[in-house]
This record gives sequence, structure tokens and C-alpha cells, in this order.
Amino acid sequence: MSFPQPKPQAPQLPRHLLRTIDCNQGAVRAVRFNADGNYLLSCGSDKSLKLWSVTRGTPLKTYSGHGYEVLDVDGSFDNSQLCSCSSDKTVILWDVATGQVARKLRGHAGIVNCVQFNEEATVILSGSIDGTVRCWDTRSRRFEAIQVLDEATDGISSLKVSQHELLTGSVDGRVRCYDLRMGQLHIDFVNSPITCVCFSQDGQCTLTSSLDSTVRLLDKTTGEMLGEYTGHKMKGYKLDCCLSGKDTHVMSCSEDGHVYCWDLVEGSLTLKLPVGKAVVQSLSFHPTETQLLTAMEGRVQVWGAEPEDTEEVEEGGMMGAS
Amino acid sequence: MASDGDGDEDFVNYGTPLEPLEEDEPLRRPVPLHEQTVKDEKGRFQRFHGAFTGGFSAGYFNTVGSKEGWTPSTFVSSRQQKAGQPQAGQQQARPEDFMDQEDFGEHGMAPTEISTSSEYQSSRRDKIQDKAKTIHALSAPIPGDTLLEELIAPARLSIGVELLKKMGWKEGQGVGPRVKRKASRQKTKKDSAVKVYGCAAPRAGSEESEDEEEDEDEFAPQNVTFAPKDVSPIDFNPKVGVHGLGYHGLDPGRAMRGGAAAGHINLFSMDSDRASSLIGGKKPHPKHRGGVAGQAFGVGALEDEDEEVYHRDAMSNYDMVLGGEEPGDGLYGWTAPQQYKKKKEKNSDVSYLGKILEGFTLASKTVEVKTVFTPPSLPRDFRPVHHFRPVVDLTKVSPIVAAALQASRGQMVPEPTGPSGRHNMDSGQRAALLGEEALQGPTSVLDMLRPEDRERLAQLRSSSQPAPGPAPTKDPHGSMVSAGGAAARALAQQALASRFQPGPSPGGPGPSPAALGPSPCGPGSFKPFEKNPSKQARYELYVSRMRQGDRGALDDSIDGSMTEWERGREREEFSRSALLYRPSGSFLSSRFTSAKHTDDLDSVEVPRDQEGDEDDKQAAVKMKMFGKLTRDSLEWHPDPLLCKRFNLPDPYPGSGIVGLPTVKRDRFSVFNFLTVAEPTAAAPAAPALPEPTKRSRWDSTNKKEKTEEDPLGDFLSTARSQASAAQGGPTSTEPSSTDPAAATDPPAEPDTKTKDAPGSDEEEEEEEERPSMDLFKAVFASSSDEKSSSSSSSEEEDDDEEDKDEGERLAGAGSLFNITPSVKSATPSSTAAVLPALAVTVKPDPDAAPPPPQEEEEFGPKLPPPSAALSAAAGESSRCLPPKQEKPTRSKEKHKAKKQHKHKKDKKKKKQKKHKHKGKEKEKKKKSRKSDSSSEGEEDAPGQVSTEELLQRLKNIRSKEVW
Repeated sequence: MSFPQPKPQAPQLPRHLLRTIDCNQGAVRAVRFNADGNYLLSCGSDKSLKLWSVTRGTPLKTYSGHGYEVLDVDGSFDNSQLCSCSSDKTVILWDVATGQVARKLRGHAGIVNCVQFNEEATVILSGSIDGTVRCWDTRSRRFEAIQVLDEATDGISSLKVSQHELLTGSVDGRVRCYDLRMGQLHIDFVNSPITCVCFSQDGQCTLTSSLDSTVRLLDKTTGEMLGEYTGHKMKGYKLDCCLSGKDTHVMSCSEDGHVYCWDLVEGSLTLKLPVGKAVVQSLSFHPTETQLLTAMEGRVQVWGAEPEDTEEVEEGGMMGAS
Repeated sequence: MASDGDGDEDFVNYGTPLEPLEEDEPLRRPVPLHEQTVKDEKGRFQRFHGAFTGGFSAGYFNTVGSKEGWTPSTFVSSRQQKAGQPQAGQQQARPEDFMDQEDFGEHGMAPTEISTSSEYQSSRRDKIQDKAKTIHALSAPIPGDTLLEELIAPARLSIGVELLKKMGWKEGQGVGPRVKRKASRQKTKKDSAVKVYGCAAPRAGSEESEDEEEDEDEFAPQNVTFAPKDVSPIDFNPKVGVHGLGYHGLDPGRAMRGGAAAGHINLFSMDSDRASSLIGGKKPHPKHRGGVAGQAFGVGALEDEDEEVYHRDAMSNYDMVLGGEEPGDGLYGWTAPQQYKKKKEKNSDVSYLGKILEGFTLASKTVEVKTVFTPPSLPRDFRPVHHFRPVVDLTKVSPIVAAALQASRGQMVPEPTGPSGRHNMDSGQRAALLGEEALQGPTSVLDMLRPEDRERLAQLRSSSQPAPGPAPTKDPHGSMVSAGGAAARALAQQALASRFQPGPSPGGPGPSPAALGPSPCGPGSFKPFEKNPSKQARYELYVSRMRQGDRGALDDSIDGSMTEWERGREREEFSRSALLYRPSGSFLSSRFTSAKHTDDLDSVEVPRDQEGDEDDKQAAVKMKMFGKLTRDSLEWHPDPLLCKRFNLPDPYPGSGIVGLPTVKRDRFSVFNFLTVAEPTAAAPAAPALPEPTKRSRWDSTNKKEKTEEDPLGDFLSTARSQASAAQGGPTSTEPSSTDPAAATDPPAEPDTKTKDAPGSDEEEEEEEERPSMDLFKAVFASSSDEKSSSSSSSEEEDDDEEDKDEGERLAGAGSLFNITPSVKSATPSSTAAVLPALAVTVKPDPDAAPPPPQEEEEFGPKLPPPSAALSAAAGESSRCLPPKQEKPTRSKEKHKAKKQHKHKKDKKKKKQKKHKHKGKEKEKKKKSRKSDSSSEGEEDAPGQVSTEELLQRLKNIRSKEVW
């Protein structure tokens, strides 16, 4: 008795534009999925932060309280809280439901580029242009940071948190991995200002995009380079990169208006997603499904593996064509 | 007999007392049963021989009836001689005849003892008497007739009662002087308020009559006295049973009478009730019907009312406060005998005193007699003046001083002849005896003296001659005193100091101003340079020379091998500390303890682990050899709280370090200067010069420039340039060069220069000679200008450092040693300094997509422009942008300007290798030229081709190098 061999499924890529959301909040500096991927958050240059439904594309809530353009946002694992950072040097902890500011954390000396919750939303980590990462305690009423990581010699452009590790990318061309469990700091020299760092889903690798128009996949434990992905253009702007849901592909924004998608293993360019004419500033991959968010100028676009329904696609196509 | 009240001291011992236990005694073996014998009081063995064969009295080995033993009398009754009838010559048989010794004994059947006759006996029954009675009863004609006798016993009164009665006492009265009416009324009042608790016997007296009495008392005449209240003897009944206190069991008398007896609190009313019921008024009260009732019994099923069955007690029935409300009976509990004080006291006083004289009343308050103690008698030779005498151990002082002291004191002080009593000891000795701790610090003046002076004193002491030479000691106050006089004064002062009491030193010289002031003190008591022994030694030398009035002490004491700068520093330190550590400190030092840890100002905290060499890493990155070469692993200590929040165990439990571990380094260490100076010398480039790429790029692009120079030369040139800049005008200096308009042109100069410069021939020349001043001027001018308008895509750490160093150098090139210790702290400050500018320039429009604030100053990667039109323009050609948005090109130029310097640095580093890899260098130069040209079009066209080519060639080179 023989079972039919399961057909090897071709890796799904978000080729189809599902919808375009005009955020009406100036330039969208960052777009992020929430923890379960049902909602998206957009950071506007008009000081506002907006929560949208991904499936319907409707605005749900606007969080205003920043004094300058919002640069990054992260949602807690239980979707009850948001943290955002801004050019006004502050980090704000929001209550999602009420839209109220739960905590306003001041301490950075410059604009705050990136912010992340840790896994249990007990700590907010924020990286700033002042070269420090500050660890804020959400559990206590303390207003000072628990710890200030000032090892970087230049601004922090990106940071990510895993269960026990903190990955920071700095403009000084170094990727720093703080291992809290081992009490170690690993510094990887990349020799170009880092724009974005990511952990792979399995936690074994780190993805680093730098201003030399290269995305590198580094082994986390040894620092060896596993892959190098080029072809896109990233020379002056702080653009995002990410890995697809199952670590099959590497994606990166580009200044030429495309999202580049490489095969992780082969390093070959598999998809060049035309987003628009301007710079694709931010992108975010769905935590479970094959869905991609891209942010260009004032719009956020949702890309999926298959077209959802005809109207949407048509509309999206029109938008893309125009 | 024992329990007889009269013979309380006699005790009866039953059995044999246990032998007192001795601890070490081994356990005795128990006596086996067959050896256990009974002995009588005379030590004879007692055996039981049967009831009719003598019993225990059978004596020793059945001697009863034998000639050795006791012969019991036998009862004989015959027709001739009848037992009951006494006949002549024949004794009548008595029961005692048939009794043995024991029976007459204490515990026998017929004890023959002397006892109080019944006439004098108290009402208490005597057991022995009872026993005797029963025996008599047995011998009486009708056996047991005493019972009848007792039944109809006449009321017998003891002799005491009869005596009292004869004296006029009546039953129910108290014994004592008769009292007036008030007392008795008080008594009754009390009586009515009595609350009976616990085991107090219920009063059986007739309260009704008392009530009447009370009423009568109101109208009693004044002169009538009453007998005092009878004292009910306190009945010390031992508590038996396991009932609670105050529990009455079923009192059959009351129980059968009715349930009303339960309430013991309303005793009075109950009793009156009872009395009335007894009198005959039959009350049809349901309570009073028959049946068993009591506290111990519940409610029967047949009883209608049950509310009063249970005894309800309220706390208000009890006294809650001790001594607050006097309990009515005046018993104050059960212990105190009843007292008749209060109002009675006065009366009794009066009654005992007799009549009070007319016009006098008794004082309400008694006058307390004050005890006056007589003053102690003074000894005859007491003088009320106390002299404090300096205590000097004459044996320890040189004879001259001793003589002087004695002369000064007169004959007051006897020679210390040894420890002959506590008055001969001084405070120190007594303290030593008592075990007190001595005060810290110099206790005597001698301790404070310099060692040399001490030696001199010792010399003086050893030589019996007075003042062997002038030996003038010049103390810092300039007072010249002869040694003997100084010593005497010092001793006098010591006496003062040791006693801590102001007082006239009798006859001696008064404390001189010099002695009152800070005394000369050796440098041994304070060591400002304790950490550096050699320095301390030098300092001491200096101080001692200063004491001797040596003007050149400073120069002499300082090490000749030191550099001029070090010498100058030390000179200043010495003179300052000599001023600071004036002798007064020694007095203070006895009162204060010196700090254990001093703030270490001479050292700087430096991260322990340093990152590896950047050049190696750059090379590795170029070769794409990521891994060991590009990775640094440092020890890093997370904050314990952070670990807690991350749910992780602290990797370094107990370590107080947070962050990277640091080590202390000497602040003025040469190595420190080197580390600080390195970036300074290597890259005197533009501050905050943004560049999108790292030094590696410059390496590849600027190989053509061979402007080589050593750090010193660089530094000098920098200083020169600064000087010239200061002369030239404000435009070239950093702070004043904020004018963006002025910034446009100058960058071109270095570019052209550097571009013209390339050539393999020049390379050698430039290696030798320093670059022309124009170049530096141009560089600095451009860099500072650019900084003001900088809005480039990225910033590099080196730039930051350069920026800082530059700033410092410009701020004070002369003050070399004011370099701030922290390298890192300068980074945020530099950015912070620029931030205000950012805040001014950036004006975001909250409305949708306004013209983007592209000119906003940013550090690190930029943010893309928010609007499509502008971004498109920016994307197509950066050259077309208005001057304000010209940032990309400018930054490019900047890069070029910077490249020169970067290159210089790199060149310097590669100088050693150069002669080996000249060919390679040239090749690189070519490459870099290419890439440089390509970098012109960096923004408009992707430089893919060139970089790929570059990489290819790099690989080739590498292979050449390796193989």
C-alpha cells in the first residue's frame, strides 16, 4: 500500500497585492504586524501611531502623544500594550484599548530609532542615536532605565530581542549580540553602518543589512557569514530587512522602490516585488502566514501569496499601476 | 495525735524514708521477695503467725506463749468464776488485757495518749477522741449507745466561748471595741452590696432582721454603741473535684426546694423569697414547684418555661477593675483580713483618744515628718581648693628636667616611691589598671616630636650635663628655645594634655604661645603620598629640608631623572601638600580617623577587554572572512534586575559589576595618552563628518594619496593649523563656522588637490615631507564648515572621536593634560551638541505629505522622504536639488576630504609593509581610483559593476598574498 507522495509545495511568496492603505499620517516610518498578525501598526511622521485591521484595511485607533515623528513600534505578546519610540527622544508605553499613555520614558539623548518588548513585555528596549540601548522596566514605577548598554560607539539603528538575547545593529558597523544567559557580548564587525538586524526564526542566525547594499546572514554562535544577498540598493536610508515566515527567503527594502526577495540557501534573487517608485522604507512579515507589509511614503501595502478577492486585487492592481 | 491541733510540730512518719540518691552510686539490686522482712520499731523481725496465734506479736521465731515471748491472757469464764463479775482477789477482765502493745500505740485500737478534754476543745471533732469514745461505747452495756448519746447531746460550749459570754459577748457579735451607729450602718450597707463569688459560703443569717435593724439604726440615739460586726472566718476549703470555679453541684436542699435557687447573684432576694415562702405565703410560682433543678441540669421536656433554667450571667456582675470599686465586704479579695478603716478610722481614733478639746478639731491631714540628715563632718585639714598637679614620671625624664620640674613645683610632690596606693598613680596608670582603652593618636608631646628632635632629647637625657651645646632647633614657628626649657615646657604641656583639664600649672612657666599653637610635627604622622613610597620619601626629604630653612629644598628633593613636566607637577604638589598638611593636623588626627579609601583621582576606569584591531577586521571583512576575525566576545554583566525580568538566572551572581568590566589605569599613564592620542593623530579630519562607508572603502579608494606623517608631526601641524586658523578668522574655527553659505566652496580644494596628487612618484616624496599647511587649512576649514551643514547619510565612530578630539584640541591646545578621562562620554555630548540644531531645522508638518524636511540633520542612515514627488526628484538626481537639499553631493565631497586623512592614517600603518608589496599597492591605487570615480555617481547609479570588479581584484590580491 503506497501513500501518494506529498507534493513538494513551492515556497509561497507574497506576490499579490491584497490592498493598499493610505494612512494619512505623513510618511509611514515603520509598519509592523502585531503579535498574531491580525492587525498592523503604522508609525507616521505626523507624530501619530495608528492601528489598522489587516483584513479590512480600516483604521481602528490612533495613538497620539508623541512630540515628533514616530519611528518604531512594537506590540506586546498579549496585545494589551504597545511601545513606540520617536524623534522626540521618548519611548511611550501605550494601553492598546484606551489609547492612553501608560508610561513616557525619557532618558535618551537623541532620537530613538528602534524599540522592542521582550518576550513577556516586562522590559522595553530602545536604541537611540546617542549610541545607547536602554532597558526600561514596565513592571515598576521606576523612571530610570534598568540598564544602559553604551557599548556602541555610534547610534543604534536597529535592535531585536529573543528569549535571552539582545541583538543590536549600530551605525559604527557592528552587530552586538548580548547574551543575558551567558553574560557575554559578541561583537561582529560588518564594516558598514547597520540599518537593520533580525534573528532567524530558529534563532541560529542573524540577518544584517548594511549601507553597503548588502544583506548578510551570519551564524549567531560563531559570527561566520552564511550568506550574502546583494542586488538591491541601500546606500543612504535606514531600511528594513526581514526573513520570511519559515526562514526560506530573505527580504529587504530597497531604495529603488522594490522589495527584493532572495532564496536563503542559494542566495539567488527569486522575487523583485514592485512596490512603487519611491523608497520602500519598512516591511514586516506576518508571524504565521505568508503575508507581507510594505511601507512607502504615506501608504502601507499588504501583500499575500494568493489574491484574496477580485475587487481587492483589481483595486490593488490599479493602485500599483498608477 | 499528729493531727491534733495542739501538737502541730509533731509529725508522724509512716514507712521508711528513701535514702538520698547519690549520683555516682551504682544501681542497687532490688531485694528479692523472700528476703523482704518486716521489722518493728525495735528492730525485731515481725512475722505474721495467724490471727489467733499471736499475729505479728508472735515475736521472734514463734516466741508467743513461750517464756521468751509474750503470753497473751486468756479469757476464762467458768461457773465458779464468771468473767463478768468481779470477785475478790480476782481481777476483772478488761478489754485492754487482751490487747497488745500495738493496740495501745498511736495507731492502735485503744491509744493511750494525753489529749485535750472536751471541755477545752473547740467544736472541731477529734478523731482520737472519737475513737476512744467508740471504744467506750463498745465496753458500754449497750453496744453503740454513744450514738444515742450524741443524738441527744447537750449543747456544749467550749471554755473560751463561756469566757467570752461572761465578758458580755453574744453570739453573732464581733469581738472588739464597741462602735457607734455609723459603723454598723456601713456594715449593713456593705453587707447588702455583697456579691458572693465562688466558694464563699452562702450566708444563712436572717437578712430581713438586718434590714429592720438598719431602719432602726436611723433613729438610734447618739450615745448608743454597737458591737462590731462578726468576722466570718475565712474558710480555706480546698477545691475538690474537676469542676470549674464557682460551680455548684446539685444542692439537694435547694434543688428539691425549687429552681429559683439557681441564681446565686440575687442571693438576697432569693433568700427573702424563700423566707416569705417559709413563712407561709404560698406563692403559686412555677419556679417553685418540685423537681430536680440546678445548673447542672437542662430543661425537662415537661417544663414550660425554660428561659430561666440556664444560669445567665452578665459581665456587669463582675468587677472588671482591680481596686476601682471597693468590694463591699472590705475583704479585698479573700486574702486580706477585713479592715475597718475609712470613716471608722477617725471615729476609732477619737474613741480611743477620748474627747476632743473644745475649739479643736482633728487635723484632716497628718503632717509628715521630714527627715533631715546632718551634714558630714569635714576632716580638720580640709581646704576647699583643688590643685591640678602635672604628673610626670621623673624616672623617665632627664635629671635636669626633673630638677626643673621639682623646683617649679616646690616640695609639693613627693618622689614616686613605687605603686604604694591608688592616689600615687596617675590617670594613665589607673586607666591601665581598669583596662580602659587609651585615646588614639599621639598621647604625648614626645610622640609628636620629629624623630630627630626625639633623638636630640634622648641625647640630652643621656648626658647628665645641662645642654651640651646650643643645638638650636628651629621649628617652623621660628622660636628658638633651649633644649632643657623646651623639654620642660613640653612636659608641662603633656601633663595638661593628658589630663584634659584647664588649670594653672603651679609655679611652672605658663604655656608659651608656641606651645599652645600647633606643635611641630613630623611627616610620619601624615602621608599624602602613601601610595607611592618613593614619592613619599621625596616628600619627606623636602619637608625636612624645608624645616631646616633650605630654600632650595624643593629642587633638591625632587628626582633628577624625572622629566621637566613631572618635576613641575611634583613641585606644585609638594608645596601645596606642605601647606595643607600643617602640624595642626596631628592634633586633629587624634580625633578623627583617616579614611580607609581615598578617591582615586589619578586613575581612569577603562574597559578591561578591548576590541581587537580594527584594521585586521576590515581586512577580514574585505575578504569576506567573517567569523573569528570579525568577532569579539567580551564578558558582559547584565543587571540582575534585567535578568529577573527576562526570567533568566544571573550569569554572574554576586558580581557588583554591570556592563563591561572595567579596570583602573593611571590617569597620567603614557599608554593612556597614546590610546587617546591615536585617533587624534591618525585622523585629524572633519568633526561629525558623515560618510556612508567605513574606512575600508577609503583604503581602497585613496591608495593614491601617500601623504604620510607621524603622529607627532600631525599633532604639530594641527596645532599650527589651529593657530593659523585663529589668525585667519573665525570661519576656520569650529564654533564660528556655522554659516552654511560659506561651506559650499572650500571642500573643492582638497578634492582637487588630492585628485591631482596621485602618482607613484609622488608617493615617495610625500612620505618624507609633511603636507603643506594649505592642505591642512583647507581640510580643517572644509571639515568644520561641513559639520555645520552636515546632513549626510551616515556617521562613523571614528568621525565622532575625531570630532571630539578636534574640539578638544581647538578648545585648548595648550592644556594637554586636561583631557577628559572618558572617551565614551564625549560621544553623546557631541551628538547632543548638534541636536539643538536638529530641533531647529526640522519642522514636520502634521498634515499629509508636506514638502519633506530633507535638510534635517541626521546621524546614521536617513529616513526616506515622505512624499513621492520630492523623493523621486531626490532619487533621480541629487545634483538638481536646491542648495539645501544638496546634501548627498556635499557629503561626497566631504568623504573625499576625509579620505585624505583616513588614507594618511592607513598609509602610516601600512608603511612597514610597503616596500614588500609595492606592486600590490599600485594595483590597489588603480582600483581605488576607479572606485573613487565610480563613487561620484554613487547616488544616481548603482555602483555594482565597480564594486564587483573590486571584489574580484581583491580576491586576486589576496590569493597572491597568501600563496
